[in-house]
Amino acid sequence: MTINPSADRWIGRSVPRVEDPALLTGRARFVDDIPTAVGTLEAVIVRSPHGHATIRSIDVSQALKSEGVAAVVTGEDVKRLTRSMTVGVKADVQCWPIATDRVRYVGEPVAIVIAADRYLAEDAADKVAVDYEVLPAVVEPVAALQSDAPVLHPSLGSNLINERRFSYGDPDGAFASAAHRIGIDVAYPRNSCTPIETYGVIASYEPGEDAYDILANFQGPFSIHAVVARALKVPGNRMRLRTPPSSGGSYGIKQGVFPYMILMGVAARIAGRPVKWIEDRLEHLAASVSATNRVTRLEAAVEADGRITALDWDQIEDCGAHLRAPEPATLYRMHGNMTGAYAIDNLSIRNRVVLTNKTPTGLNRGFGGPQIYFPLERLMQRIAKELGLDPLEVIRRNLVPAANFPYRTASGALLDSGDYQSALDRAVSKGGLDELKRRRAEARAEGRLYGIGLAAVVEPSVSNMGYITTVLTPEQRDKAGPKNGAQATATIAIDPLGAVSVKVASVPQGQGHRTVLSQVVADTLGLDPKAITVVADVDTGRDAWSIASGNYSSRFAPAVAGTAKLAADRLRAKLGEVAAGQLNIQAHDVDFANGRAFARSNPDNSVSFARVAAAAHWAPGTLPDSVDQTIRETVFWTPEQLQAPNAEDKVNSSLCHGFIFDFCGVEIDRDTGEVRIDRYVTMHDCGTILHPAMVDGQVRGGFAQALGAALLEEFAYGADGSFLSGTLADYLIPTVMEVPEPIILHYESPSPFTPLGAKGVGEGNCMSTPACIANAVADAIGADEIVLPLSPSRIAGLLAGDEPQPKVKPKQVEDTPPGGQRKLTGEGSAEVAASREEVWRMLLDPATLEAIIPGSHGVTKVSDTHFTADVTLGVGPVKGRYKADIELSDLDAPNAVTLSGKTVGALGSGEGSGRVTLEDLGGGRTRISYSYEAGIGGKVASVGGRLLDGAARVVIGQFFKALAHHAGGGEVPGAGVFARLKALIGGGR
Amino acid sequence: MKPAPFDYVRADALGEALDALHEAGDEARVIAGGQSLVPMLNMRLARPSVLVDITRVSELKRIEQRKGQVFVGAAVRQVELEHWAPLAGLLPMIAAMMPWIGHAQTRSRGTVCGSLAHADPSAELPLALLALGGEVHLRNRRKKRVLPASAFFMGMMATAVEPGEMIEAVAFPTHPMGTGTAFREIARRHGDFAIVACAAIARPDGTNRLAVGGVADTPQAIDLPDPSDDGFEDALNEFAWSLGARDDLHASARYRRDLVRSLGRQTVKEAISCRS
Repeated sequence: MTINPSADRWIGRSVPRVEDPALLTGRARFVDDIPTAVGTLEAVIVRSPHGHATIRSIDVSQALKSEGVAAVVTGEDVKRLTRSMTVGVKADVQCWPIATDRVRYVGEPVAIVIAADRYLAEDAADKVAVDYEVLPAVVEPVAALQSDAPVLHPSLGSNLINERRFSYGDPDGAFASAAHRIGIDVAYPRNSCTPIETYGVIASYEPGEDAYDILANFQGPFSIHAVVARALKVPGNRMRLRTPPSSGGSYGIKQGVFPYMILMGVAARIAGRPVKWIEDRLEHLAASVSATNRVTRLEAAVEADGRITALDWDQIEDCGAHLRAPEPATLYRMHGNMTGAYAIDNLSIRNRVVLTNKTPTGLNRGFGGPQIYFPLERLMQRIAKELGLDPLEVIRRNLVPAANFPYRTASGALLDSGDYQSALDRAVSKGGLDELKRRRAEARAEGRLYGIGLAAVVEPSVSNMGYITTVLTPEQRDKAGPKNGAQATATIAIDPLGAVSVKVASVPQGQGHRTVLSQVVADTLGLDPKAITVVADVDTGRDAWSIASGNYSSRFAPAVAGTAKLAADRLRAKLGEVAAGQLNIQAHDVDFANGRAFARSNPDNSVSFARVAAAAHWAPGTLPDSVDQTIRETVFWTPEQLQAPNAEDKVNSSLCHGFIFDFCGVEIDRDTGEVRIDRYVTMHDCGTILHPAMVDGQVRGGFAQALGAALLEEFAYGADGSFLSGTLADYLIPTVMEVPEPIILHYESPSPFTPLGAKGVGEGNCMSTPACIANAVADAIGADEIVLPLSPSRIAGLLAGDEPQPKVKPKQVEDTPPGGQRKLTGEGSAEVAASREEVWRMLLDPATLEAIIPGSHGVTKVSDTHFTADVTLGVGPVKGRYKADIELSDLDAPNAVTLSGKTVGALGSGEGSGRVTLEDLGGGRTRISYSYEAGIGGKVASVGGRLLDGAARVVIGQFFKALAHHAGGGEVPGAGVFARLKALIGGGR
Repeated sequence: MKPAPFDYVRADALGEALDALHEAGDEARVIAGGQSLVPMLNMRLARPSVLVDITRVSELKRIEQRKGQVFVGAAVRQVELEHWAPLAGLLPMIAAMMPWIGHAQTRSRGTVCGSLAHADPSAELPLALLALGGEVHLRNRRKKRVLPASAFFMGMMATAVEPGEMIEAVAFPTHPMGTGTAFREIARRHGDFAIVACAAIARPDGTNRLAVGGVADTPQAIDLPDPSDDGFEDALNEFAWSLGARDDLHASARYRRDLVRSLGRQTVKEAISCRS
């Protein structure tokens, strides 16, 4: 089983990609390049700055008056014209694509402004006034389960939207009789694979037919088409969905564009004109979709030799603020292979799905894999460490034996093919594991930190459309009717000149579908791939498609290319009969090669392919009776192995199961905590390889993204739900500088279940690499608690001993853990030439407040202790106008007072309080001391997190400095000085 | 991500730029490379009503060496200084920093003085200004003034530039024989904002100066004895604590202090070893 590209086959050869010339010369057409109809408007979405708040009111009157504005759409309009999106579990909850009465995550759509162009729409969006009442937020899944946690959806009564328990075999018995019980706790973080092209939708509505036409860079699964049509309250045939020919990447994320398909459909309907919306980067990072974060307790029953007899999973899945279709699929996609690459007969699973004040989750490369393989493969290392065994041996002993394929796992997956031990052995020898062990020994002898990590993974592909129904009880499933299968479709057409076109419903996202399909069909029909044209974008109004269509679950090579092969076979059989007539031979003697049909027994007896192929157009009367036509052949294929979950909740969740074995050596810099990957080896068995360069490209791409997950990427939230990773300076994607070249190895065990023997390969490293790197880091530094992403700061924290203390510890410094609540704090003091009483009076005087509040445009006294102000706040060039609400409390005249303030503006919101104390220094002098605590949310928190502390310090510091200057009387603050002060902080007029 | 409306003035001569700045007061911003300002405009974090483009003002495009200083005009792009032949000989610290300043793409647009005017606490060029003891040459329509780094940087993204005023040039002193310089930085990825950046000068008289960026609101510097001296570690530790490091997404305060101590020590030692 080795890779031997056959000279007489196109499959297996790395032919140049037909997609590349257009992509490399800037001629590819992406969603934003598609010409729009005359009169098309552009939309901008007003989004929530709060993680959790009720909407008291939305005032769009000023926005409607703004230049070029056609309409402003709010949740009320969307509710009126659509119905709630379908939710994948039985729960009393609604799921709207826009906030209706409350916002539940930062970035949730609140209003849509539709104007002549994007600039004018953004100008008007600034004028949409939303009055929020901020609610307590919950961002951690375990906290969301607490009885006193803020509840996102009151109709649910709690944040737990679904819970199921599963038991396969006899887990209790296995744990009771096992020599060891070894467990691990893992919190897998939030991240995404971050395509360079953001979402885009162009929608129109024809009122005469009550029909929507939507172009979107949606990727599937087309089960979502049904969700969108239902939401828009039209039958499926009145919701035509088209996709652009080229895509700037998806990695699953583009599936999440569907709520915007609904919103833009409504926007076009209300505006009476086509509407175009292109998501910007901040919107994308804050509010597209991310992978789920998950908290897992995993325990294993282990024999003395490291053999695992049972696994016990307790998973708490965080799907964000809404359970959007197809969630909670992330949790169930791997349900059949929760035992990974191992033969473990006894299995217990508890799955809980919770909602938190974060972005709703969705498809993401690796979908559900990283969340299970990180705990599973970390546990394998832990078992080896606790039992004093070689981690490689622990893996090897538990692998599914080669003789047992196809192998039925405890939870119902049918592992189709493989020889895991041989693949592992080949990786160890060809990848040089012994060499890495030698380097580790040498490094450690020199006092350096070097570690080796391993990970073995089963990579599922071609999802069973029925796996998600495992979330339902068998009784609920019986009621709903079975769901299963993975319908793929391909159409091959021949034109009157005999040229061949191929059409599939798989929406390429940059992988090279068109190249591979031309290879597959060329082999069957004896043509050059260049002679074949492939169309892969989708138009639901014209194309053959099914609910399973689309580009997801690594289904292209096994399912879509396989179905194209079946269509080509069927056409070839018919063409063989036509050619037999033309060549006057028996059909079984016909062969096709080099653009000709010929007699196998006498190759000189031949006719051009075009002549055979075009006969059905030009002279249908000449076709043999057994052949109807050869103009167009459409094949649908679904594998019989994908059955609905059975009464015992066993499910073959995916058709194919590839195997990956990774290992790596890393060195950690003792001073800086930086990780250097010395060598990364990744062995893949993805069945038959159709295009070696593309397979390696998939491995490299997945590896790069997984490296990001391991070392760099996290969607970070403050405890108040504020989103902190709104730019690519905070959400760090690895670049070519950070990604080493992995050593890629292959082992080929063709799948017996797919037409070409191919399995998926696109997602495996997203599953294996984070665990492999984490195991290496754990090995290097001897730590057990490994939390991703492994930033240098985090690793240094694990290495750090006692810190040398200063002689005088600065008061400002406090040790809050990274990722903890983002409270900005500070303090300061100033001496002024005024008595305490004088200073006290000033604090209660609107005129004084107006003079000292940075950038004040006017202060209104509501009561003796309550003021409102209109202020411009900012640092350097960053300025925003805010409405401020200031209250004085805990008055202790003339000693101390607490100032509490809230600000709301286009850049976000702030809330804080400061305690001011006045100390009499004698001689008419007073010391004003202050300490404050502030929280900042909204856009400025999302994009300026790195600078927020300093900025808050500047603004708040200026307030008290101004107070001091003001209190100093005519002595210090000449008008010029004061103006300068204000200018400094951006408040000058 | 489209900016709020603004007026755009493209100055062809310095006088035009100064007139425009005078007229608009603090509603105006100078734009040169735009590598920090344009993203802030597009995110509507900054809303100046007037942008004054100085990139065509020829007298601001010069790099000159005179009186022991290298003058870099306000319109000189970072890439131009990077490729200025005498740079490595005259200002080896800045030559060492150049690859760390953003990416080749941003350096091809961004200007040296623009980075100073932006005053990002993690930026390399403000750190160089402080470490080397350089000066910023400011002018408005009527007068000129010259400020050292300590008077120029007033806080996070805040400088002493007044309404109507602009940076005309920055002057970096070249050092006498026997001086060594070094630069080191830790960032999450190549080209990212520094978590900690250290620049050191080892003087002919055996004293050293260490400047640190990325920790306090502005770059900070300290004079240090020889690393073999008893007081070195204590002084460095006090300095590390005095910077008021904070936790953020990318690094803990403790990590920043650790880096000031370890990277600071290494950078000083490297500067000493580079003393010619």
